[in-house]
Amino acid sequence: MTDPSAIAVRLKNISRHFGEVRALDEISLDILDGEFFSMLGPSGSGKTTCLRLIAGFDLPTSGSIELHGQEVGNLPPYEREVNTVFQDYALFPHMTVADNVGYGLMIRKVSKAERNKRVSEMLDLVQLPGMEQRKPMQLSGGQRQRVALARALILHPRVLLLDEPLGALDLKLRQQMQIELKTIQQRVGITFIYVTHDQEEALTMSDRIAVFNTGKIEQVGTPAEVYEYPASEFVAGFVGVSNLIGGETARKLTGTSDEFTIRPEKIRLQEPGQPIGAEVCSIGGSIRDVIYLGMYTRYLVELDDESDLTVVQQNLHTTSMDVLAARGRPVQLVWEREHNRLVQRG
Amino acid sequence: MAATTAYVPSPAPSFWRRASTYFYRHPRLSLLMTLALPMFWLVVIYLGSLLALVAQSFYGVDSFTGQVTNQLTLDNYRLLLQPANIDIIVRTVTMAALVTVSAVPLAYPLAYYMARYASPRMKMILYVLILLPLWSSYLVRVYAWKLILAQEGIVSWFAAQTGTSGLLDAFLQIPGVGGTSLALSNFGIFIAFVYVWLPYMIIAIEAALERVPKSLLEASGDLGAKPRTTFRQVIWPLAFPGVVAGSIFTFALTLGDFVVPTVLGNSQYFIGQAVLTLQSTSGNMPLAAALTVVPMLIMGVYLWFAKRLGAFDAL
Repeated sequence: MTDPSAIAVRLKNISRHFGEVRALDEISLDILDGEFFSMLGPSGSGKTTCLRLIAGFDLPTSGSIELHGQEVGNLPPYEREVNTVFQDYALFPHMTVADNVGYGLMIRKVSKAERNKRVSEMLDLVQLPGMEQRKPMQLSGGQRQRVALARALILHPRVLLLDEPLGALDLKLRQQMQIELKTIQQRVGITFIYVTHDQEEALTMSDRIAVFNTGKIEQVGTPAEVYEYPASEFVAGFVGVSNLIGGETARKLTGTSDEFTIRPEKIRLQEPGQPIGAEVCSIGGSIRDVIYLGMYTRYLVELDDESDLTVVQQNLHTTSMDVLAARGRPVQLVWEREHNRLVQRG
Repeated sequence: MAATTAYVPSPAPSFWRRASTYFYRHPRLSLLMTLALPMFWLVVIYLGSLLALVAQSFYGVDSFTGQVTNQLTLDNYRLLLQPANIDIIVRTVTMAALVTVSAVPLAYPLAYYMARYASPRMKMILYVLILLPLWSSYLVRVYAWKLILAQEGIVSWFAAQTGTSGLLDAFLQIPGVGGTSLALSNFGIFIAFVYVWLPYMIIAIEAALERVPKSLLEASGDLGAKPRTTFRQVIWPLAFPGVVAGSIFTFALTLGDFVVPTVLGNSQYFIGQAVLTLQSTSGNMPLAAALTVVPMLIMGVYLWFAKRLGAFDAL
């Protein structure tokens, strides 16, 4: 049992129904003080609904929400010590950057001088110094994103909620912002609850991840736990790519027909007939398709039973010419038995 | 597996196809073609008639024969400054301002409901209900108000039934507001004006509110603002252009209208009635034209003021 004072957000049997649709179905979750917590799942999995319930934009059908031990489930947003970074940034278009960032302070009747000082500190933190007098329309997507972050952080909330804040940015900027967000979170020490559908983003930034699916939580754990020990077939498939092996093929490899998953990067490609060691799984097939991705290559291998396995190999010694020429070639797939993960059908 | 199907070829280049290609390569020409008709309409017909009107207002009238002379003069504008004409202008502008100011709080809640809460189906129903009155002649609707407000009309009957006739009479005694009956009072004119122009105000505000993303309101609440503050700081400034757009309708249409004060008013003239009388009964087109320039000037000042208030900043 964790120390109750260390829990920032506690959800107990939370449900949110929209008519017949159960957007959230009896979920319970503890989020620790100061952690970077991600809610990961496909669209419609309930992760955004969950965030909106914590923020107070929506009220739960049943269940309780505690913020640092205080029940807030039925309080309006302006009575909760949480702040939100919105997916569309939600910057006020008729206000300058300074007025946007200082909005919360203005509401709390902080003096103009104090406000200006803290706005400029915040803009320094998000690396937008001197942008006070711009209007949101004059900023790029990345800059708006930083303004939204500054506006939410200026009140020093105990919990910061982020709703897919990097979704609209291009890949390079997104990766840069991921690192920045993480750095800022460590510097300010505020609990971040981060909603995303991007598993790579969740793995990169989080201390812990909750994987959502159809209104339920499939698994909660550290990135390594979720990736290495997926609790269900859904988690295995959603977090990273996984090969699911069952039936006759599973029996041939492991002796039982229990379904298991194997990550594509754990599998090695060998010439057929080469010696294989003990404690390995090995199966023959032929390369059906090759996708060259620069840093690595993804192979689609057709097994003898006509099912497909995905294999990823780093392009350590190979060139694009080599890998593309491999199409159609017979191969032997080899991997350590310990990487097999039994799964429950979810 | 090789692709065996060939690309579907384009049809042989006909005249129309070549014309399309030509326009595709000359976007300015194609824009010009698109705008030619409305430009002709607006520039030649609309602006042309307006200029003719303004020009007329500088013509003189032979005081002897009543004939229009080509002598350019400012006499008409001098005449406008006579107390009787100033009276008409002040009365009309006051009415237009009151109608506008009253239409906003009537229109806003409904517009807000439509933009924020109504289901698509409900919104469609409300749109139809709001626009429905515009399908019938507004002359008919103004006469309907005469029946409601007349001495033996619905309101008087209701007052008699509830024993509040005394109250109604006392109200009609108020100078500047009342009259011999509601149908012959400034208040009656006011009611009818608000009624006939309200749909424009609702639609204009609704359109503006529709463009305010819900997340802005959530963000404001999230940062600690109570609904009242959110309204003052976020919703109202963003809805303001819509309010101004709606008020242009209510204000300008009231300034120029002659039907409502003719049907419901007493003998006190509004600008529209004065123009009508001048150019028909009196046959003094130049003075009528000068009087028509007044609402145009007032609207110009009004728009300039609205711009100063930042009404168009969010456009």
